[in-house]
Amino acid sequence: MAEIRFENVRKMFGEDTIIPDMNMTIKDGSFTVIVGPSGCGKSTTLRMIAGLETQTEGNIYIGDRLVNDVSPGKRNVSMVFQNYALYPTMTVKGNIEFGLKNRKVPKAERQKLIEEVADIVGLTPYLNKKPQKLSGGQRQRVALARAMVKKPDVFILDEPLSNLDAKLRQQMRSELVQLHAKLGTTFVYVTHDQVEAMSMGDEIVLLDQGEIMQMAPPLDLYNYPANRFTAQFIGTPPMNLVSVDQLPSAGFNEKAVEQIGFRPEKAKLRHFPGNDQFSMPCTILNRETLGSEIIYQLDTLAGRLFAKTFNEPVVDAEQLFVSVNNEDIYYFKENGRCIAPYLNRETPIKVRSTV
Amino acid sequence: MSGWFERFRPYVMVAPAIIVFVLFFIYPIGYMIYLSFHEWDFISPEKQFVGLDNFSGLSEHPEFLKSLENTFVFTFFSVGITTVLALLLALWINRPTRFYGFVQGAVFSPHIISLVSIAMLWMWLMDPQYGLLNWGLELFGLPQSEWLASPETALYSIILVAIWKSIGFNTLIIIAGLQSIPPHLYEAAALDQSSRFTSFAKITFPMISPTLFFLIIMNLIGSFQVFETIDIMTQGGPLQSTNTLVYYIYEYGFRFFQLGYASSAGVILLIVLSILTVLYFFLMSRRVHYQ
Repeated sequence: MAEIRFENVRKMFGEDTIIPDMNMTIKDGSFTVIVGPSGCGKSTTLRMIAGLETQTEGNIYIGDRLVNDVSPGKRNVSMVFQNYALYPTMTVKGNIEFGLKNRKVPKAERQKLIEEVADIVGLTPYLNKKPQKLSGGQRQRVALARAMVKKPDVFILDEPLSNLDAKLRQQMRSELVQLHAKLGTTFVYVTHDQVEAMSMGDEIVLLDQGEIMQMAPPLDLYNYPANRFTAQFIGTPPMNLVSVDQLPSAGFNEKAVEQIGFRPEKAKLRHFPGNDQFSMPCTILNRETLGSEIIYQLDTLAGRLFAKTFNEPVVDAEQLFVSVNNEDIYYFKENGRCIAPYLNRETPIKVRSTV
Repeated sequence: MSGWFERFRPYVMVAPAIIVFVLFFIYPIGYMIYLSFHEWDFISPEKQFVGLDNFSGLSEHPEFLKSLENTFVFTFFSVGITTVLALLLALWINRPTRFYGFVQGAVFSPHIISLVSIAMLWMWLMDPQYGLLNWGLELFGLPQSEWLASPETALYSIILVAIWKSIGFNTLIIIAGLQSIPPHLYEAAALDQSSRFTSFAKITFPMISPTLFFLIIMNLIGSFQVFETIDIMTQGGPLQSTNTLVYYIYEYGFRFFQLGYASSAGVILLIVLSILTVLYFFLMSRRVHYQ
């Protein structure tokens, strides 16, 4: 078990800088999810931990050990690949055993370890089959077993669920979380799917263009986004943003405020303006009825906004007011940073123009 | 009327292909087998039936046995060395830089040159007095060779040319096989602390073995039919040292006009090649199919 520390890590491919300067500590025993849009450098980060890529500058520590010059096999890191990367010419047993054999683990011990691991992931009946005879979920388990059997300090997973169908993915998600709880090893998990990130991680690293946007537990990320990017990345539909220029009567203590934001699920649809701090007339453009929740697309003076309701009847009227409580409003500065919502304002924001 | 047409239409459709096939493949093979039981000199109107005499004649003819032996030696060394060298070469030049791209092209180039030109070229190179090879050997103080002029070395000289000619093509096919191995497997192996040799033995080699097997069988079939280089460079000599099966058939059929006798040697060749072909299809159908 070990923590992972990045110290001024920079990674370039030729002329392109993928990661300009990364500093982070992944806690020992945590289930850390690295998430971000494609091309944000999340896989590169993972591969640098594994040693499959070498950083251009900076230091990476696993535990207390500086691993800059340590080869992948000696870092005591196990990896589960997106397409599993099982050795097609070996049986399931051969796949699991390969790393142990290379480590010169004696045969009796190997046998014991394989049986143990196969039992945990439920592969015992398939040990003598070749991977191509197995289903996607079973292959996934072989990949997990192969990673587990080495008893690594760090377990890294590169979008391991993306090749599975929706149902199996859901099931594997909870199995992985349970596995993490059982092993207690540090897990580093890469995904582009915010649902996976939010549901599995106890710590999320949100990356954009190689920079850490925010590193926090899932609910902190949702409740206290540090910046516009985090606010918009986490949550479906994304947070509504309204430029202050479009709010005629808005007054702020903080001069630098450029935009205000609120989550669609905090927006209320009413037939009258109400006394809320933010209130604006709107027209419903579209309704997505998903069952327990309904997503409305609204046209307002401030552009298109989303509202989301739970377990409420469908709103039929076309002309409405959208309003948000004061404490549910986020304020963003010009540079995109979020000012904590509890910063006080002199005048409440009220917009009461007719459409 | 239409019923008749419907019934025969499929046969009419495949008829051209079948006619060509029968006329140019089945009939000559059948005729060869027929001739192998007869004595015929190409000219006389009568073909005399001799039973298995031609075959028993072959089995007692030292020249035939020598040609058979030469064919096996030629095949063994040319196929073996070509495959091993092509594999090593492929492992070395399978890199995506411009330099290695150039090397791949250079290695492949003999494949597109006519075999006749290659034979002529190597005859010059191997000339015992004025050839470049002996000049090179002398330059490094090594003993010179008689090359094609000596019965000791002639067959091996022909083998050298065969290897030179076919190595590029083999290398290219092996490179294609190597490139079809997913790179993730090597990353997984690196994390499994696999040494380079282990990765080769446990991942690379099993993954390209279907490719290698295909090449070996194709090379075996090709080598058994070696003819052009021998006809141009040595005509089977000196002292029968480079006489091979196909050259033997050619000599007896078209020089000595013993067509029945030559046909019986042809039947022997046909049997050898049939065994290889059947072996190939049998093993290919049983080989593991990867995802």
